[in-house]
Amino acid sequence: MAKTAMNWAAIDADPRFQTLHRKKTAFLWGLMLFSVIFYFLLPIGSAYFQELFKVKVWGPLNIGIVFALSQFLVAWAIAGIYARRANKEFDAMAEEIIRDAQHIK
Amino acid sequence: MNLKLIGGAAALALVSTLAFAGSGAVADEYKWMTFAVFGGIIALTMYVTYWAARQTHSTSEFYAAGRSVTGVQNGWAIAGDYLSAASFLGIAGLISLYGYDGFMYSVGFLVAYITVLLVIAEPCRNIGKYTLGDILAFRNDPKASKTVAAVSTITVSTFYLTAQMVGGGVLIKTLVGIDYHVSVIGVGVLMLTYVVFGGMKATTWVQIIKAVLLVTASILLVLFTWGQYGFSLPGFLQAVVVDPKVQAQVAKLVGDAATNMTPEELGQRFLEPGLFLKNPIDQISLGMALVLGTAGLPHILMRFFTVPTAKDARKSVLWAMGIIGGFYVLTLFLGLGAAINVGPVDILALDKGGNMAAPLLAQYVGGGADSMLGNLFLAFVAAVAFATIVAVVAGLVLAAASAMAHDIYVGVIKGDRASPQEQVIAARLSSVIVGILAIAVGIAAEGQNVAHLVGMAFAVAASSNLPAIFFTLYWKRANTYGIVVGMIVGAMTAIGLVMISPNMTYPQAVLKEARKVLQGEPAQPAMQARPAQPASSLLCELFALDGCVAYTPERAASAEKPAKPGAAEKLTLLNEKLATLTDAKDIAKVKQDIVATEKAKAKAESDLRKFDGQTTSMMGLEKPFFLLKNPGLISIPLGFLCVIVFSLMFRDKRAEEMWDELYVRQNTGIHAEGATAH
Repeated sequence: MAKTAMNWAAIDADPRFQTLHRKKTAFLWGLMLFSVIFYFLLPIGSAYFQELFKVKVWGPLNIGIVFALSQFLVAWAIAGIYARRANKEFDAMAEEIIRDAQHIK
Repeated sequence: MNLKLIGGAAALALVSTLAFAGSGAVADEYKWMTFAVFGGIIALTMYVTYWAARQTHSTSEFYAAGRSVTGVQNGWAIAGDYLSAASFLGIAGLISLYGYDGFMYSVGFLVAYITVLLVIAEPCRNIGKYTLGDILAFRNDPKASKTVAAVSTITVSTFYLTAQMVGGGVLIKTLVGIDYHVSVIGVGVLMLTYVVFGGMKATTWVQIIKAVLLVTASILLVLFTWGQYGFSLPGFLQAVVVDPKVQAQVAKLVGDAATNMTPEELGQRFLEPGLFLKNPIDQISLGMALVLGTAGLPHILMRFFTVPTAKDARKSVLWAMGIIGGFYVLTLFLGLGAAINVGPVDILALDKGGNMAAPLLAQYVGGGADSMLGNLFLAFVAAVAFATIVAVVAGLVLAAASAMAHDIYVGVIKGDRASPQEQVIAARLSSVIVGILAIAVGIAAEGQNVAHLVGMAFAVAASSNLPAIFFTLYWKRANTYGIVVGMIVGAMTAIGLVMISPNMTYPQAVLKEARKVLQGEPAQPAMQARPAQPASSLLCELFALDGCVAYTPERAASAEKPAKPGAAEKLTLLNEKLATLTDAKDIAKVKQDIVATEKAKAKAESDLRKFDGQTTSMMGLEKPFFLLKNPGLISIPLGFLCVIVFSLMFRDKRAEEMWDELYVRQNTGIHAEGATAH
């Protein structure tokens, strides 16, 4: 693919690109913040809330193990949510901008 | 010519391993099975290398497999690159010895990929070419940013590489008894063959093969272990709780507190936090380095340049998260399964770090140490561990070589004016240099304590590479000054703090321990229980400053203890006891004790000789000044802060002018490096 000159500033200023930027930024920060907080609850909980982690819920299975296992499910869920939104929405929005990119002056 | 060389290397590696096999976990009469599986894996990977070598001519093919790796393939390759022997054998071992706390590591390794997915993978694919330096040089001064990026890449890769080489050498020695030097050279020659001839394509396939083998082995082991309990989670955990071997291990770990606990309570304690990770602030510091460091590891970053589009990069992280997460869930069953079936005592007898937990479990589920099937399983797991080391090392060497050849030679020295042929030669030559260095370092570092090096690699990646990539991609005002200062300060802080941390060897403590073994301990009066005591201030949690009261973990009440005899006296006592015994079982036990005591005595004597007259660590400290094992808590925020402050202090016209282009391109993939047709 030959690389033609683009007016990057104009594309950046294009309302469609701005919408993509806004939506993506808010979405990514939200997910990132949630995942970081949720993850650090594990070391914090295992250090400062040991009594809670020791509570047995199903035979010898305690809240600590359930919470550690839930970290895997939450990580996969976050990845799934991101992939769904990116595949359905962000890709299409980017596609439209790419199609018109050379004409945005 | 290539075919001959590749075949020669394979034969050399196999013959040398066969010739130097001594004693290890695999019994002598079953060694041929291990070597048969080794040989099979080596033959397969050599065939792949031969096939890849015929398609590897250009730089894009050498560094990025022609960007023709599919998302699914790359997902498997990322898993193969990431799941090192440390995680397969090390984490299973930690869980088998300390229960819950070992599993906490597993969680961090998966969560790390959320940062990779959301922040790094797609933008880096869209604007990157081959290296971290390419990404940073997009807006920043190319020569300055490529230089720091290359230095950082080589530093991180060398730490990681040394840990893998030394750990791998020890591991192969423990497993099959191959001499340390021979296994380091064997791993080095194999890895060099893959990288130099087959470049990224061969490396990718070696990693895929290894990941498939690793996952298969783990699933099989878990099927056998968990299957006994009808795949019931509470049923399996109940077996852990009531297991006398687990209860004995917990009693040993909690010490005097065990006297007031029922056997059930002891077993349950294994499933609760706090047996291994005792300092909460250190745990948070470790968590930060794990979760943020992965996104800055150069050999992981490099994998995203091998797929055709950003969409495939996304797909590869999703697959990697599925595989890596699934694998780490299995470690819970591997570790606990080893604890109940093999037992912490037998695991510790072979390796202090617990690395033999998974291999011994394999031997057990196959029918035990004297059975054919048990040894076949053990042989298979040993061979998988070997493939694991080779695959991870190959990825690391490729990352370091690309920084050396592409960033430093082509980018900085030749000012990006090197012919394609020259670039490929530089790439191959750098791989040879890095590979030979890796072998040399592996041999030089024999017997050294390298456990902290992986942690250091993650900490440097999180404190130096991640802030630089993050602000280059997402902050318009970021510039060369901030990036260069931030990377240097972040990396130096991380390394510096580790050098003055409890990870280093402090001769006075070693000597004290050695004297205790040789001369025995005086009697101790009864002590009262004491709750955990926080440090006098936050700063005192982190540093051993004057006037500080340091954090102390809780202590259980203990009864009066009689004096312990020194090693020589203990041996005499044991030998006297041996003479009076008649029961075969008792005799065997005492004999085992004698062997262990002799070992401890020999080690204490050699420590005394080695550290005699020394009072300070290599940094000139008598005891640690920085009190955490993990520097992330300080070095990561400092790295980010320095990029911000120094970017704001200076202005860089190019960095701001290029922002629009970078931001549009990283979001849309316009003008991204395309795949080369084949």
